[in-house]
Amino acid sequence: MSEFLQQLVNGVTWGSVYALIALGYTMVYGILRLINFAHGDVYMLGAFFAYFASRALGAATDPNPGKALLVLVISMLAAGAVGIVIERFAYKPVRKSSRLSALITAIGVSLLLENGGILVFGSDPKFFPQIITARNIPLGLGVTISNQQIIILVVSLALMFALRFIVLQTRVGKAMRAVSYNPTAAALMGISVDRIVTFTFMLGSMLAAAAGVLVALQNPKIEPLMGIMPGLKAFVAAVLGGIGNIPGAVLGGLVMGIAEVMVVGYVSPTYRDAIAFVLLIVILLVRPAGILGKATAEKV
Amino acid sequence: MNPDVLLELDHVTMQFGGLKAVADLSLEIGRGELVGLIGPNGAGKTTVFNLVTGVYTPTVGRVLLEGRAIQGLRPHAIARRGITRTFQNIRLFASRTCRDNVRIAAHQHSGASLADALLRTARFERDERDMRAKADELLAVLGLTEWADTPASDLPYGQQRRLEIARALAGRPLLLLLDEPAAGLNPQESEQLMHLIEQIRRQFQVTILLIEHDMRVVMGICRRIAVLDYGVKIAEGTPDQIRTDPKVIEAYLGEDVHASPEAAS
Amino acid sequence: MKHVLGIVVSLGVLVALDIVLPRLLNPYLFQVLVLCGINVILAVSLNLVNGFTGQFSIGHAGFMAIGAYGSAMFSLEIGQRWVTTLGALGVPPVIAQGAALLVALLAGGALAAVAGYLVGLPSLRLRGDYLAIVTLGFGEIIRVVILNVDAIGAARGLPGIPGWVNFFWVGFWVLIVIVVSRRLAASTHGRALFAIRDDEVAAEALGVDTTSYKVLAFVMGAFFAGVAGGLFAHYLSYLNPNSFTFLKSIEVIAMVVLGGMGSISGAVMAAVLLTLAPELLRPVKDYRMVIYSLMLIVLMITRPGGLMGSREIGWPRFLRRAKAEHA
Repeated sequence: MSEFLQQLVNGVTWGSVYALIALGYTMVYGILRLINFAHGDVYMLGAFFAYFASRALGAATDPNPGKALLVLVISMLAAGAVGIVIERFAYKPVRKSSRLSALITAIGVSLLLENGGILVFGSDPKFFPQIITARNIPLGLGVTISNQQIIILVVSLALMFALRFIVLQTRVGKAMRAVSYNPTAAALMGISVDRIVTFTFMLGSMLAAAAGVLVALQNPKIEPLMGIMPGLKAFVAAVLGGIGNIPGAVLGGLVMGIAEVMVVGYVSPTYRDAIAFVLLIVILLVRPAGILGKATAEKV
Repeated sequence: MNPDVLLELDHVTMQFGGLKAVADLSLEIGRGELVGLIGPNGAGKTTVFNLVTGVYTPTVGRVLLEGRAIQGLRPHAIARRGITRTFQNIRLFASRTCRDNVRIAAHQHSGASLADALLRTARFERDERDMRAKADELLAVLGLTEWADTPASDLPYGQQRRLEIARALAGRPLLLLLDEPAAGLNPQESEQLMHLIEQIRRQFQVTILLIEHDMRVVMGICRRIAVLDYGVKIAEGTPDQIRTDPKVIEAYLGEDVHASPEAAS
Repeated sequence: MKHVLGIVVSLGVLVALDIVLPRLLNPYLFQVLVLCGINVILAVSLNLVNGFTGQFSIGHAGFMAIGAYGSAMFSLEIGQRWVTTLGALGVPPVIAQGAALLVALLAGGALAAVAGYLVGLPSLRLRGDYLAIVTLGFGEIIRVVILNVDAIGAARGLPGIPGWVNFFWVGFWVLIVIVVSRRLAASTHGRALFAIRDDEVAAEALGVDTTSYKVLAFVMGAFFAGVAGGLFAHYLSYLNPNSFTFLKSIEVIAMVVLGGMGSISGAVMAAVLLTLAPELLRPVKDYRMVIYSLMLIVLMITRPGGLMGSREIGWPRFLRRAKAEHA
């Protein structure tokens, strides 16, 4: 029983990370109907930006929460900037093209970030410095949680609430929702669709970067291809929850995280990556709109 | 079953969530008739077409072709049984030539299998010659011969509408559904279209159900008209009866439903 | 009569080239040529699915893998014994090996086709993006499964596959896939596929069984991908799951897109170009992938129609050009 609860704790922690990344996918898809293949690589960039920021600020030699927070913020802002640049130079020109063109562009950007990363950072892994001293806290019933896991959960929750606030309570959030329902109508109401798209990309990228930093806290080995699998899995999580649906992304992320941890713990570690695709195929065959999604029919 | 009834909608309801797009509609189309289906925008007319062609399955009720139920069948199966259509927003195969657009619609009557095609058997060559000849015939009837090798997307609007009709005829249908064929046409073109539809009906011995907003076209060629409003049939009868029916006039917000150029929408 | 003559001449040319080319080209160039051929088969077969029918399949490497491993296991378990037996009966090795290879390739292709059917049938009712993701997922699942099955080598790879592939067989299958594609395109069945690509709703409404045709394209594409995989296996004599990653699927997609979706000659040219490019870019090896990804992006932004759009080069012109390239 205690093992199960431990796995659950681990699963929810991982799930929060997937949720953060999935949110970016779902928001961009909701607005542009584009699967941003490069999103997982922004997660990777987040980890690397934080790596360099930590070194620059000396956050490892003198660990304190303030510096760690600063590292997180710097990484998020830098990634947000990357998101804006990608959107402006790669995705905007193909917005009017066919969906396949946009998909291939996204794949191209993803490959560019990965291979550019190899070129710039080197393909050998770096070790993310310990900017928070690790501690294990027993929760009783034989379950322990590390302070890194707590940080992951707390920061994820905070960011998700922040996103929720933005989307539901602010004008720009309302504009985002309008654009996702009907870009033409939104434009006619005076909303600058371009700016909203850029803003959405920025937000999504910031969340992905945060996920990258949080993961690096716990798994310090970072390398330029580290975003591929988490990116794919987070995408599956977004589809699971209903692509385009923000609460769905969170739900999907949690399901994905828990499922993965359970499969690794109770079945076999070698099927760790496969479970994501099995889930994907199951959901697409059984309920393509996702758990919280609504099926939209094409008007004939 | 009355052999003169080609198509019957039997208490058909189409419900989307809380919205009844079509509510308890019963309608009979007789063999060889030219029936008009009119009503304000959003009345459910295209939904009726979608129900008949299998794009939607009715929530309640049956659709019967020659007495046999076809609701629930996939659109291509219904097309093979003899119901073809044109679309409100033109849905041509844009990259294909006019001839190809028509030939694709004749696909169901092709006798050559995939193996025949890959091995280029005599049967395949014959089949291709036949289809090409028949397609060219149809293009000629619709006045599209000069465009036969032109990609459909390059055609002027009026010719595109005609191509849609040619395509729908290629399937040798029993019942032809025309969804606003006069949309976007000027008065002369509408006039030509009216004559064309009548000619098609006679020449191809096909029953026609027509959705149209251009009242002159509807009143000019339809022998019988059914009127929908909010998914409900509010009137049915000859053009004269419809023209003077108070419910119909009210549904069109008091507009005069006369076949005069000014009122034609 | 015209057909038979064409077949005999083509086969004759292939045999001639098969004898002549290994003498003219050094082993490295010959390998590049073989890989070109395999990539052409992959690109033209994917063109059936993505180009003709407009379906987003990005798991082609998965079908290639199934064909590769399937045919390899067949040869290792059964084919090799046949060759030995036939050899003992006095059949010349070239013929015995060729026959065994042919059967192995057909087996691999058939296995891949079955997989194509199983994947295609439920997935093809999904909208474009979703189909892309399912095919991607399928490709990855195949790779993971291979990684975990010891009997076919798992992560260590599968060595010792008989190296029966020569230029004749590569050229043979390249010709077959091109001829099949062209004949399909100029037939009512091909027209049905194009109709589905242009407007699936209209195609269905006019009597085209869109599901059956999409599955057909999928199965045919998968079959030839499997054959390409088999050729790959029997040329390198060694298989490793890392040859069949998502990246390989992307490379094939890039070929189809670069060539112009729907254009057979475009796919052929692009496949050759993109096989030669890494070799030509060897001096800047580190930058190769960056250049490749930039090329994809720039291509989509500036010329999404690819090299050929959806046009084709006439057959005679292509033959002349192909002969000039390989002489």
